Amino acid sequence: MSDRIADPWGTRTPYGRGDRWPVRVDSFLAEGLTAGDVDAWVPTASILHSNGDAMDVAVKDGRIVGVRGRDSRVNRGRLGPKDLFGWQANNSPDRLTRPLVRRDGELVETDWETAMGAMVARSRELLDEQGPSAFGIYTTGQLFLEEYYTLAVIGRAGLRTNHIDGNTRLCTSTAAEALKETFACDGQPGSYADVDHCDVLFLVGHNVAETQVVLWARMLDRLEGPDRPKLIVVDPRPTVPARYADVHLAPRNGTNLALLNAILHVLIADGHIDRRFVDAHTLGYEELEKQVEPCTPEWAASICDVPAERIRQAARILGTHDRILSTCLQGVYQSHQATASAVQVNNVNLLRGALGRPGAGILQMNGQPTAQNTRECGANGDLPAFRNWANDAHVAELAELWNVDASSIPHYGPPTHAMQIFRYVEQGSIRFLWISATNPAVSLPEIDRIRSILSQERVFVVVQDLFLTETAELADVVLPAATWGEKEGTFTNADRTVHHSDKAVDPPGEARPDLDIFLDYARRMDFRDKDGEPLIKWHDAESAFRAWQACSAGRPCDYTGLSYEKLREGGERQWGGERLYTDLRFWAKPDECESYGKDLVTGTPVEPDEYRALNPDGKAMIKAAGYVPPAEPPSEEYPLLLNTGRTLYHFHTRTKTGRAPQLLAAAPDVWAELSADDARDLGIGEGDVVDVISARGRVRSRARLTAIRPGVVFVPFHYGYWDLDDTRDRRDRAANEATITEWDPASKQPIYKTAACRVERVGAADGHVAPAPTTTASRPLADVPPTVGGTAADVVEERR
Amino acid sequence: MKIALALREAHDAEVELGRELLRVGERHKTEQDVFHLTRTLSRWCDEHVRRLAEHATRYDAKLDADAAPEEDERGALARAREKSAELVGRRPEPGVLLLGDLRELYLAAARASLAWTVLGQGAQAVSDTRLLESVSASHPETIRTMKWALHKIKEASPQVLAG
Repeated sequence: MSDRIADPWGTRTPYGRGDRWPVRVDSFLAEGLTAGDVDAWVPTASILHSNGDAMDVAVKDGRIVGVRGRDSRVNRGRLGPKDLFGWQANNSPDRLTRPLVRRDGELVETDWETAMGAMVARSRELLDEQGPSAFGIYTTGQLFLEEYYTLAVIGRAGLRTNHIDGNTRLCTSTAAEALKETFACDGQPGSYADVDHCDVLFLVGHNVAETQVVLWARMLDRLEGPDRPKLIVVDPRPTVPARYADVHLAPRNGTNLALLNAILHVLIADGHIDRRFVDAHTLGYEELEKQVEPCTPEWAASICDVPAERIRQAARILGTHDRILSTCLQGVYQSHQATASAVQVNNVNLLRGALGRPGAGILQMNGQPTAQNTRECGANGDLPAFRNWANDAHVAELAELWNVDASSIPHYGPPTHAMQIFRYVEQGSIRFLWISATNPAVSLPEIDRIRSILSQERVFVVVQDLFLTETAELADVVLPAATWGEKEGTFTNADRTVHHSDKAVDPPGEARPDLDIFLDYARRMDFRDKDGEPLIKWHDAESAFRAWQACSAGRPCDYTGLSYEKLREGGERQWGGERLYTDLRFWAKPDECESYGKDLVTGTPVEPDEYRALNPDGKAMIKAAGYVPPAEPPSEEYPLLLNTGRTLYHFHTRTKTGRAPQLLAAAPDVWAELSADDARDLGIGEGDVVDVISARGRVRSRARLTAIRPGVVFVPFHYGYWDLDDTRDRRDRAANEATITEWDPASKQPIYKTAACRVERVGAADGHVAPAPTTTASRPLADVPPTVGGTAADVVEERR
Repeated sequence: MKIALALREAHDAEVELGRELLRVGERHKTEQDVFHLTRTLSRWCDEHVRRLAEHATRYDAKLDADAAPEEDERGALARAREKSAELVGRRPEPGVLLLGDLRELYLAAARASLAWTVLGQGAQAVSDTRLLESVSASHPETIRTMKWALHKIKEASPQVLAG
């Protein structure tokens, strides 16, 4: 037994380079039950992070009663705390069980006929009155592949709107964009198996210990085994990986690009580049050389506030090792110059020739469990199966597949990104907004603005979710959805592993699978193809999967080699093989690429003709970019930088993890992390009540003093208002009250790491400490009782 | 030799482009990407203007190296216009206004681009390699600004016209 709140990563199973990662099967069942009591084990995978850990759900008397890890290539049996305890949210008594409609200003229960009828009536009115431009679809990274594909076809060929995106815009759009800039096509190059083979781990803005618990357990087992790889960590916070790092670089927020350019400068100055690889497989090296020539470590040191010598150390490790596994996450993606920085991480691997071999790879990570599918299926700002909106031949393929005219699939410009969709709603030109499985009233920047946008009379808002979220409360129609364990489908993790997730139990009340809701809408709207046949020619998850297979055929994310039968019987499989680009051939030729690329500073798309001239042979592209200071520099009034982010025990806006007692207790409320220096200047001690104030708003919480770099305040973004008694009055708990509306020009990902703010002490600790975990990056400087789960968090770990 | 003339032409065009960028950004503060990016791009103009003023001294011409408004002045200007931007944030007309402003921006960038082309030809004709280097470093940035304005027009017009 192991308390997996106190020790989230579980017992170590060290292993050496090239060895197989040992199996350790983790399981957790409801109190009083043993494996013998379980009626059935139903296969699925994690839905509360992007790692895609394989697991089985335990069912007893028609209810989910626990989980057990499965020995798969991803997790070898292990599960993280969110998976071990998060399933309990499925059984919450406050699940939505009936549709709701707004009548006289109040949401009241109704039946499906009435709710869908209202949606369809309004849709028809708006199609007649304004046309497709009136419709916005905002989905998620938490549904299943079949659902995204269906939604994408409904949106792009049914409603014919260009305004479809997911909250993946907040989590993974920079990952996709960085891959499109370097390789001209999305698709994760590396594999988790590269952890087994690497001799350097280069984690850039990726707090893997908290965001992908099991992936960190794998890294940790390498770090504690023979042939220990070198570890370089770039993070302003004292994360768990930073404690194990050979070199920890803690740059000032918003300066990643300066730091990375200096690392590239040293690699070039020291002659540590694989010239043969660069010449044979890439374009653009000379431009990079010119760009980083003045970017000495001393230059970067003054911008990033990191010792120049430490930058050299990191660059020397990268320059003298061959098997480099580089990873990025929100510290890059949600920060200033996001895409430009993520691309420089790709460039490190390209200059070193570290690609497509065991241990040599890139993982541009995802935040959400099924974000990969949002990207693949075209439910985000791309066309399905990594097709290029600017390539008429690609649009024609979709038109043929869907049997519609190419002109009816909007492709006159890039699909509208989420922040622009909300802008159109604000302006009143989008008048129907359909939100599925996400909570923008807590998760988008500057949420006072978002609330006011969603509260407008003139926009018809549909929210489809499990609970009455902060967003659902503002809707005109609320549709109760079934979730993981209650519906069938497939989903794909951050290293392209496809899982089949089976239905284990019935959804509560009248809740329906999202797929059924989408199919029902399409039927009621009577969308037709050009021969008058129904546009949507599938009727359940498996037939939707087959339709998707046809769509993906011949593209990089080709699913035709998979099937429900194979996934059920043989377990999970990766598309594209263990790692992409083993032959160093990319999907970058002008006729096949997903994107012609963008100007990294302005975001302007490269014209098709320009790209044809630039990259006829489809090489990888080394793109350079110069550092520019963040949009909102600290000032006298707002001298600090607000850095919002995640904690290990929660996911997204806690709709599920806040309803799992062990996870809730581990991190029950919002807090603000401050450095000892800043706290001393402000007269703040552990547990004091503080306000974090920006030009947008204010967040009130208790202070946690940590080893975070000076000048930066960290606030977790998970906390909204649904679990407060005084929800109607409070507007000071969500971190996004204070964030800035700004996004990366290329990926359009909102920036959550560099808003200027100040901190004010408003009350004494009075015997309290911050409600922050002690086990993670929020580890206190002061002597604070440790975060433990006790017997309620006892997990069985079985070594095999 | 009329290089000074071409220098002045490019200088004035870049000053005007820089101001136009700030003006459009301030007017459309609720279009966040326009607001933030125009400020970044105006810094390119500042640098171009500085370079041109430097070269001018070699041709006995006097061009102001700081023709663009100071940051402080920008702040004051911005605040006044931001208020009006916030007030119009909800009305659909700003879409039309934005298209018009982007068009002016595009034209200002095109004018500056032309001026760089002429200056670059002149620099080659008189074998002024230092000047040519400055043109080669600056002109592509002006072209990027121009392309951006055109792209924004393409991106924004469908919704303005159909919505």
